Amino acid sequence: MNLKMVFNTLGNIMKTEALLLLVPLSVALMYGEKLSVMAFAVTIAIALFVGFAMTLFTKSANRIIYAKEGFAIVALAWVFMSAVGAIPFVINGDIPFYIDAFFETVSGFTTTGASIIPNVELLSKSSLIWRSFAHWVGGMGVLVFVMAFLPSISDRSIHIMRAEMPGPVVGKLVPRARDTAKILYLIYIVMTLVEVVLLSLGEMDLFESFLHAFGSAGTGGFGMKADSLASYSPYSQWIIGIFIMIFGVNFNLYYLILIRRAKVAFKSTELWAYVGVVAASVLLICANLGSLYETFSETVRHAFFQVTSIISTTGYTTVDFNLWPGFSKAILLMLMFMGGCAGSTAGGLKVSRVLLIFKVIGREIKQSLHPRSVNTVRLEGKTVEEKTAIGVCVYFAVYMLCVLVTFIILTLDPVAAGFETNFTASVTCFNNVGPGFAKVGPMGGFSFYSPFSKVILSFAMLFGRLEIYPILLAFFPATWTKRCK
Amino acid sequence: MRIIIVGCGKIGASILANLAAEGHDVIGVDSNRSVIDELSNLYDVMCVCGNGADSDILTEVDASKADLFVAVTGSDEMNMLSCFLARKMGATYTIARIRTPEYNDKSISFLRRNLELSDSINPEYAVAHEIFNILKFPSAVNIETFSARNFEMIELILKDDSPLNGLRLMDIRKKYSAKFLVCAVQRGEEAFIPGGSFVLRGGDKIGVTANRAELHKLLKELGILQKKARNVIILGGSTTSFYLAKMLIAAGNSVKIIEKHREKCIHFAAELPDAVIINGDGAQQELLLEEGIDSADAFVSLTDMDEENIIISCFAKAQKVPTVITKINRSELAAMAQRLGLECVVSPQKTVGNIVTGYARALQNSIGSSVETLYKLMDGNVEVLEFSVGQDFEYINISLKEMKIKKNVLVAGIIRGRVPIIPSGDDVIMPGDKVIVLASDTRLQNLSDMIA
Repeated sequence: MNLKMVFNTLGNIMKTEALLLLVPLSVALMYGEKLSVMAFAVTIAIALFVGFAMTLFTKSANRIIYAKEGFAIVALAWVFMSAVGAIPFVINGDIPFYIDAFFETVSGFTTTGASIIPNVELLSKSSLIWRSFAHWVGGMGVLVFVMAFLPSISDRSIHIMRAEMPGPVVGKLVPRARDTAKILYLIYIVMTLVEVVLLSLGEMDLFESFLHAFGSAGTGGFGMKADSLASYSPYSQWIIGIFIMIFGVNFNLYYLILIRRAKVAFKSTELWAYVGVVAASVLLICANLGSLYETFSETVRHAFFQVTSIISTTGYTTVDFNLWPGFSKAILLMLMFMGGCAGSTAGGLKVSRVLLIFKVIGREIKQSLHPRSVNTVRLEGKTVEEKTAIGVCVYFAVYMLCVLVTFIILTLDPVAAGFETNFTASVTCFNNVGPGFAKVGPMGGFSFYSPFSKVILSFAMLFGRLEIYPILLAFFPATWTKRCK
Repeated sequence: MRIIIVGCGKIGASILANLAAEGHDVIGVDSNRSVIDELSNLYDVMCVCGNGADSDILTEVDASKADLFVAVTGSDEMNMLSCFLARKMGATYTIARIRTPEYNDKSISFLRRNLELSDSINPEYAVAHEIFNILKFPSAVNIETFSARNFEMIELILKDDSPLNGLRLMDIRKKYSAKFLVCAVQRGEEAFIPGGSFVLRGGDKIGVTANRAELHKLLKELGILQKKARNVIILGGSTTSFYLAKMLIAAGNSVKIIEKHREKCIHFAAELPDAVIINGDGAQQELLLEEGIDSADAFVSLTDMDEENIIISCFAKAQKVPTVITKINRSELAAMAQRLGLECVVSPQKTVGNIVTGYARALQNSIGSSVETLYKLMDGNVEVLEFSVGQDFEYINISLKEMKIKKNVLVAGIIRGRVPIIPSGDDVIMPGDKVIVLASDTRLQNLSDMIA
């Protein structure tokens, strides 16, 4: 393990976080929130101090990294970012307990949107924007951000990119990793700004537009009201509903459109599967809801919004879907597992993995019927390598295992929240959605859990966002010992 | 620059590594998935798995936007076809590896013209040429010639009894009448560009520049010039051996080729009537001794097996053959062979890598002062660049000592008209000059880069 290089990169991450914290600091200055100005300034100082200390002591680092270092860098970076990012909430008094603040920050960076704050309307504006800005940065990835805008980390930064970017196979758009990161962020920034403009054309002011654009671009889900988006106009709800669906699509497709190869982009099987699942779910839920809402257009709007919000693992809501009939809730639960497309800002299993799993099942059935038949799995018009197919199935097994372990630990919580709450809490955190059912539903929150459960849920969110392996490997001693094991 | 490399075998991978380190946007294409995975882990490049002559793959890698398209797969026809297609799609420059001797005679210009190839590489010929150069100057480890052909650079290893051992560089010039410059030193694994107060020690590998006449004089004064290779034994009847034997015979040397396979021997005997062809196993010491290895002036081992080459070269060295040249394909083994005392190691991938890198540099610098030749010395740690000076160079007529030249950069020679100058601090650079610059640690893209 090239520890020097790991900490050198971590140091740069800390410096980057100091840079990112300038956003809430300027908001605090703008709105004259004296306590918050102090809180964010102190945190920036801490981040800078830690960052410079780390890079100073590891100046001579040998810059060669392997897959192992890539995983370690990503795992530690996310934990450190969250640990430091939680400090301002404690200092300005918005979240007095550090564990709570940590949960909230992890929920921010992992674009979950699960909250322990009982009354979000009481938060200062700077805290609100920091939560949502964390969504925005975490959505595309902190290290991808560092790669795009700071001097090159290493020639082999592909290992870092692979560890942080979601999806079964991470490819580059252009030959150099740095340029790939830049292109992704530029697409991301432009799309976010378009959303800000469209939102500010409605009833939202600029602050609200930015806040919700950050929250939906990262497919996070932190808002500024206890009822999430229920009190906003249908126009704003439609805009956000459509945009979260757009942010749940593989960004590579946008690049293809950008370089005028839209034909290839629109041939993507994953895209059509994603659109198909959304359309089918909306139809089924509309039928199931019947005349729960006054007008048909209202039913469609709520069904569409909830479906896109859950499948893109955002977690904004326009109604309390806790009150919906069981079938609709079952569909939403299924969508929580599924998540958006690979290479998007969404969480969950990813549509391409689900597709691949179904295709492997199909092949298995064919193989049983015709034991001598030779079959390959094809996706996006290409044969999927056996290694990738097995990798996806193993990932699915590990993923289910992690969700169940989280669930079992939650049932030990002294609060004894009940089956539905505990199960959906672990599912929603692991898939970075935000709201679950029952007590952790859209109108509830996670504040009633014990500190221990909150830490477990925080790690569940990190596991989900980084797709298990980076964080899991960090717990294996062999990762940290010298090479050759 | 956007560069596409089709075929990522040993040579392709070496080109890819060189060009990626130069900061180009490199895309590799190979049909072997595991090679693709390995390369995309090691270098910051994009790799695509597929057939380089498949129009789908060429569209996917956007061959139409390539500045340079290099095809170095194992098959000449495949290379020609993918270069031709890429060129038709709009690639600016194309280079194909064409190794079959039949294509490399008169028909090569026909092929290049009709396929619109910018250049073709024949690795075997390139290696043979490199070996031929080394044999011309037997005592040198490595020899490079710069433009005008009268300015040379040699790499040699100082023996402990060398008169240069223990001398400070600034004293050397006073002691010897020959005009030359010690411009690079490798001690152990480390290579650097020495200052005037640097003291040479036995075991150092030094790079010396001088014009050809002066070089002779210097080597005579140092007592390390041996007679020119007259009697060369080549082990292994490969294509490289064929080219090398042809060059050596044309230069008046006597050549003996030892080859295991009888059919190959017959073919060689027919094609090279002036060479002595021996059918036998070069790994047999008896055979080598019988064929007079102890009285040979040079021994070149060119079999397909790296290990065989290394071991037999060691034997030749033990028989006190003055010059032993070893061809090694795998670069990892080359480093180990040097530790065994084999000083002259040539490898096709390194040779071809240098040619393509030089080509890429020349393309990129076609504006203003430009790189004309690129060599790598001291195991690739020091680069030698030749720039021609344009009218717009800012430091014209300023003496070298007044220019603030970067650390680890050295002006090793100036060629004005046809006159080579070994520069001292008082020399100046004029427009139209060709300037030879050495650099370690830094990459120079144009002449102004050397100023701190």
